[in-house]
Formats: sequence, structure tokens, C-alpha cells
Amino acid sequence: MDTIQDQGRYGFQHLGVNPSGAMDIFSSRLANSLLGNDLLTPVIEMHFPAPEILFEQPAIICITGADLSPVINQKSIPINQPVLVNRNTLLKFERLRSGARCYLSILHGLKLEKWLDSYSTNLKAQAGGWQGRKLQKGDNLFFNNEFEFSSLIGNNDFISLKWSANGFDERPGNELRFIKGNEWDWLKDDSADLLCEKFLITKDSDRMAYRLNGKDLKAKKGQLISSAVTFGTMQLLPNGQMIILMADHQTTGGYPRIGHLISADLPILAQLVPGDKISFRPVDLGTAETEMIEQANYLQHLQTTCKFKIENLYANL
Amino acid sequence: MNEKQLHSLSPLGDSAILINFGNAIDETINKRVLALFELLKQSAIKGVRDIVPAYCSLVIHYDPLIKKVTNNITAFEFYSQQINHLLNSENQLTIKSSRSVKVPVCYSTKYALDITNIATERKIPVDEIIQLHCAGKYRVYMIGFLPGFAYMGEVDERIAMPRLSQPRLRIEAGSVGIADKQTGIYPVASPGGWQIIGKTPLSIFNKDAEDPIFFQPGDEVQFYSITEDEFENY
Repeated sequence: MDTIQDQGRYGFQHLGVNPSGAMDIFSSRLANSLLGNDLLTPVIEMHFPAPEILFEQPAIICITGADLSPVINQKSIPINQPVLVNRNTLLKFERLRSGARCYLSILHGLKLEKWLDSYSTNLKAQAGGWQGRKLQKGDNLFFNNEFEFSSLIGNNDFISLKWSANGFDERPGNELRFIKGNEWDWLKDDSADLLCEKFLITKDSDRMAYRLNGKDLKAKKGQLISSAVTFGTMQLLPNGQMIILMADHQTTGGYPRIGHLISADLPILAQLVPGDKISFRPVDLGTAETEMIEQANYLQHLQTTCKFKIENLYANL
Repeated sequence: MNEKQLHSLSPLGDSAILINFGNAIDETINKRVLALFELLKQSAIKGVRDIVPAYCSLVIHYDPLIKKVTNNITAFEFYSQQINHLLNSENQLTIKSSRSVKVPVCYSTKYALDITNIATERKIPVDEIIQLHCAGKYRVYMIGFLPGFAYMGEVDERIAMPRLSQPRLRIEAGSVGIADKQTGIYPVASPGGWQIIGKTPLSIFNKDAEDPIFFQPGDEVQFYSITEDEFENY
């Protein structure tokens, strides 16, 4: 499944319009940072098997997130590094090496229309992104800018530009940090202790939610009167299992919110796949915010630097 | 009534604040929730991204990065202070008067997939089910689940039906359903477990409209019955 996503649609959750947006907020912003794009520029989120994309015009692109072994005209291209691609070249993804989803960003972005202030695809509303749906075979997307790079690229299929960054952070042991939720106290004491054990990500996991399978967690109470939830909310189902709400989550829910993953760790989860195992560790709000600020500062600084590099590139054409 | 005892603020993760007003489906509580919703909208606190009222709670989604890292306070504390200030400054939570909305519904069995079963199970003639559903004035307590799905209440005990044990894979947009004491309309086609008693010709969700969502939290809704002909020519 491949969709256009930005950093999410906000301001309409009171009307039941869920925010959507990129699953891995870090990698999607990284793709933009490395091109010096505005961090809110929409990107293409892709899953394996990923599409074949024919570039009819030259462009500078950047791929981040999962490593799907991208090739242009059969030759490997790097990820987490901008690449200048020539006209009439074919981008393919050969196999899934690591991660779950990758992001493709184009210098200056794609020609798209906003819906309710955002470019993100909302599949339930069939709105936003590209005609409100998944990308499909035969779609023609257009660049915001036309590029003229012939002096630079000559007859090459592509040229990798000279700067790069580290990709998303894989965490050994997949220990994810969370803030205790409003219904944390509903958990029985011995159940609270079980969160540091391993939970399996099941195959019923998608952009809406990750369903986990682990030891049964026991709650003192069951249903909650419906209340708002957020990306990363850990809900406890009546059967004792947990789900973690992801980018396409509903705006409200009626299951106890035992915790919320910290924003800085959501990208790690977004790059895990069914069969992977995770565990949880509670942290305080201060830690969560410090980590988030660090990530944001890093990406902002990178974006500024890369914008300058791109301007230099143009100056030397 | 002591305002200060009626709400509590707590973090909903690292980017949102939950304000609880109690734990009940109750019109008075919901009115307070929506009054705070209006007040927060008007005060347009910088960095607030979304304000989501529900039956008896309200969540404020904020951008934690707006706050400069000063004074050693967390973004949660930073926003909580402003919200508490609003709550305490007694420019008072004014209860906005409800908007009245009339909604046509065709209760023909062509659309009312479950109405015959309800009639059998509750031993009430279909006509009376329609009458009971149309007699009530319903409050939109909250919108959630799907874009524009309004949770309205409360329906007459006699027609308060539980959700289907086996949800349908597809319910058409416009279908009017009942789940316990709530009634609601599917704004888009969706899987769902509410018992379907009719269908409205109105667009409850229209992505191309200036206001894509038909309902607003706090609306007062009344249904009226239309024939199949009226439905088709609506």
C-alpha cells in the first residue's frame, strides 16, 4: 500500500476526522531534511512490494526509512542520501532488507491539492493525498518544479549527491518507552509488571493499529465511556491483549488507555513488522519531551544545512 | 457549584492533555465539556492543534515544541497553566444554545435492515418503532469513530437495541442505526455493528463541501419519516 502523507491533518478531530500522516514521522521528515525541503512537504509512503516508478523528467529525490534495496535502471542507489535521477529512468525496489515502510521525497515536492489543510491521504474519508486513495498502477504524478540538470548529470542514469545522514534508529531489544495513561490504575498490579516482558506484533497490524500478542493483562474494570485517543495510545482490549494506535487511528475510543508511547519512539515501532517482539518501559514526561526536542532540533539543523547545499548546487549549474 | 472540583487535567501521552469532567453520559456534564470546547476555541492558545470533546471528557492535542525550553517546566505544565487560567478566570463557561437540526429518514425495509427483527424481538409494530425514533430530541454528545459520525442520545428504552454480535462488513453511507441508547448515522460506507433502522438522503459527510461534516457537537437533532419516493427524489 502506497499513499501520500505529510505530518498529519490537525484541527478536525472534533469532527471525527482522524489525523493520518506518515507512520514514521522521523524518516518522512528526514527525507525532506536531506533535500532542504520544508519538513511538512508531502512524501510517498511505500510498503514492500513497492511500486516501480518511471521518472519522465529529471529530479532530485531522497529515500529514507525501510531499506527496500532501491535501484535505478538496475543499479543500487543509496538511502538516506539525495540522488539526482535522469529522465526516463526506472526506480524499483528489489527486496525488504530492514524496516517496514520507506519514504520518497522529491526536491520542492509534488503537485497535490490540500484537503482540510493537509496533503495526507485519509482512506476512510477517501480524501486528501492523491485522489483520496492509494497510489495505483498508471498514476501520473507531477513535480512542483521542473528541473534542468543536464550539465550536471550528462548521460548518467543517476548521481548520488555528496551528503547523507543516519537512518532511523533501530533499538536493540525493541524496548519502547511510554507515559502512563489515564487508566493505568485499572491494571492489576501483577499485570503492570508484565509490560517489561515481550509482546509479539501480530499480522493484524496496519496503519490504524498494531495488535499485540503477549501475556494476558488483567484489568479491574472494563469499558470506558468513549474519549479521545492519540497516535501511540496503548489500549487494553477486553480479552487481555493490547493494541497500539497508529497514524490512521480513530479519534476516540472506549478501551482503557493504559499508556502512550513517547513520540520519539513511535518511529521505531512504525518500522517493526509482524513477528517482531517489543517490550515497554515507563518514563516521565520530561524524558519524553527532551527526546522529542532533540529529534526535532537534529532534523531542523540538518534541513538548514542541506538547503544551503542544494542552493550551492544550483549556483554551480 | 464549585467549578474547580469538576475537572482534572492529566497527560495523554507527551502531546495531549486530558480533562475529565466525571464518568457518565449526562447532558449537564456534556454541556460543560462543550462550553470549555468553545472557550478553548475562542482563546486560540498558540500551539494547540486539536480540541476533541467527548461525552464527559475533552482532549487538547498540542505541539510540545512550541514551548521554549525554559523555566524547567514541561510542555504539559506550560499548557495546563494556560488552561487552568482559562477555567479559573471565570469569564465563565457559557453554555452555547444548541443548533436544531431536522433529519429526514426513510424507514422502509429496503434500507432498514434490522427494523423487522427489532419489531419481533421487542414485540412493537414497525410503525411504532418509527414513531418512537422520531419522537425523541437527540443531543449530539460527540463525533468520533468515522469522519462525521455523531453519537446521539438517548433513544427510548423500548427501542434501545444492543450492537449486532456479528458486525456487518459494509453499511452504506446514510444508514441510521441504534446501539444501546445511542442513535447515529454512518457518514461513509463502513463495517459496523449498529442495528440499522433506516437511511437518510442527506450527505452526512461530503468531502468537497466547504463544511464536509454535517453535524457539530452539541446539535439537537430530530428525525422525521419520509417515503421511499421522497427519499429517491430528495
